[in-house]
Amino acid sequence: MVWVSAVVQGILLGGLYALFATGLSLAFGVLRFVNLAHGDLAILAAYLTLSTSSTLEVSAWVSMVLVVAVMAAVGYIAQRGIFNFTIGPDPLPAILVTFGIGVVIQNALLNHYTATDKRIKIGSIVTKSIKVTDRLSVGWFPLLTLVVAVVILGGLQLFISRTRTGRAFRATSDDPKTAQLMGINDRHLYAVAMAIAFGTVGLAGVFLGARTTFAPSSGPNELLFGFEAVVIGGLGSIWGTLVGGVVLGVAQTVGNQWSIGFDLLAGHLVFLTVLAFRPNGIFGTGVRT
Amino acid sequence: MTAFRVVRASRFSIVATAVSVAAVVVLALGPSWASRGTKLSLIQIFYYLSLAQMWNLLAGYAGLVSVGQQGFVGVAAYAVFVLAERNGIDPFLAMALAGLLTAALSAPVALFAFRLKGGYFAIGTWVIAEVFRLITLRIKPLGAGKVQSLTVRNTFAGYSIERRQDLVYWAALALAVGATLIVVLVLRSRQGLALRSIRDDEGGARGLGVQVTRTRLVVWVIAAGWVGMTGALIHINSATITNRDAFDVLSWTALVVFIVIIGGVGSTAGPIIGVAIFWFVTERFKDSDTGRFMILGALAAVMAVVAPRGIDGLIQRVRSFELFPIRRRLVVDDSAVPTPDLTSGHP
Repeated sequence: MVWVSAVVQGILLGGLYALFATGLSLAFGVLRFVNLAHGDLAILAAYLTLSTSSTLEVSAWVSMVLVVAVMAAVGYIAQRGIFNFTIGPDPLPAILVTFGIGVVIQNALLNHYTATDKRIKIGSIVTKSIKVTDRLSVGWFPLLTLVVAVVILGGLQLFISRTRTGRAFRATSDDPKTAQLMGINDRHLYAVAMAIAFGTVGLAGVFLGARTTFAPSSGPNELLFGFEAVVIGGLGSIWGTLVGGVVLGVAQTVGNQWSIGFDLLAGHLVFLTVLAFRPNGIFGTGVRT
Repeated sequence: MTAFRVVRASRFSIVATAVSVAAVVVLALGPSWASRGTKLSLIQIFYYLSLAQMWNLLAGYAGLVSVGQQGFVGVAAYAVFVLAERNGIDPFLAMALAGLLTAALSAPVALFAFRLKGGYFAIGTWVIAEVFRLITLRIKPLGAGKVQSLTVRNTFAGYSIERRQDLVYWAALALAVGATLIVVLVLRSRQGLALRSIRDDEGGARGLGVQVTRTRLVVWVIAAGWVGMTGALIHINSATITNRDAFDVLSWTALVVFIVIIGGVGSTAGPIIGVAIFWFVTERFKDSDTGRFMILGALAAVMAVVAPRGIDGLIQRVRSFELFPIRRRLVVDDSAVPTPDLTSGHP
């Protein structure tokens, strides 16, 4: 039964990782852009939620909505103001800009909030759980996280397959030059994709911060988890991202059940195994830069 | 009758190389003129130059943007701990052995990491560095959960304090000079030509018969070995090993990346310029580590957008120069024939 419980908790944890991975997956799919500050942005959003709650004296839910909106706006501006200048055949500038920004965010947070562990208080939902059997209970909050992840990924899938902007995303992803000739404003489009990426990672950061404690240096780990979820699921596949997150989550919780403290290593090893035997991921379409 | 010659040296590079040799001689005499504080600063500058040259070779020439160099530094730190502290091997011999270990370890790493490209390669190397860190934590005899010391009784047995400091100083200098020499020699070799052809046009290079993966692998292994030796020396110098610091991405990769980007990626002079800036900023932010990271990180991010070839690239725009003789130029001896300008532009 402990193993069943570990798998169930892992699936729920996978929801959080899928939420982290959404932005990475989208930015890579549409722009071939890899944001090394992705994890630090999530942690930034978590701290912003804390500060918003205490300054405006509103609940964490309200500040979450505000912070996600602000993050999305920042994503749009960052893409138009900075990242668009790094797009090209050479991936180096984009990697370096985002790596630099990540380090700046991390140290700015350390300067302002100190290294003490923080946690977002989001109400009693965090402690409540559904008792399935005597040995198996499912927390409401992890369940909510998974549901939110499924809704967001599903919404994104619909958005990309049904709407005009979504069609433009796919066209630009396949062939940016021709898409541009057909009258697609790629600079605006990239910025919209980055706004979604920043918004979702902000949301992921808030969910992480409500679920467990975080510190300024927590970002890189979340970047690695999100990235692993994307690669395990397969580059360019939205539902693959969810599956990738779940595989990673289960690997971690089962690993921890097997030997305490083995969770992170187990996750990384599963990732490396997938990389070795299915380099395009489980649902990979074989997209490569 | 027109005669053609292919030359690499220019008047500037001859002078620059001579000045560099003189500078190395002066620095090698450091223990006799430098104060203890100066020597400690120089040791730090030397090992950062060594790390920066290697990262420049990887990212600037081989297109391997690694964010996992801290993995090799950390593994080397624990290798020194096991070899020198636990088994009584001379620390400087242990340093060389640690380099061999990381070089050997880097080949299977490439097996995984080389499947990823660009930004995903970067994060992939980061994951592998984390794997190394987590594995050292699980190997009980390493005692990686606690702070470990390289003690005077074991590691430095038979060395007086002064002798030990001087040897660390010379080893650091040798690593910096060696790293620079490696880059210059690799670039002058056939492999170097292959590397630059890959950098300029991977498909085209393949078409001409360049073995892209093998060429990259050679550079990857060389850099891993040299970074390992440097990481070993860093910990012989500090004599303290903590798991977090030994595998710290900020100290052993981020700062190095910033040095190279600010100085100029894909140029032999870049890392030297970058290290000078790094030292300048470090001196100004002695009591604020976060301030130092923010300034260098922001500067690097800005440079990556507005001046992707760093300070070196900005100087090159004004006047083209080459510190060390690497590039081949065609010289037409007959003065009657108008000389085509073959010296400008990238090789």
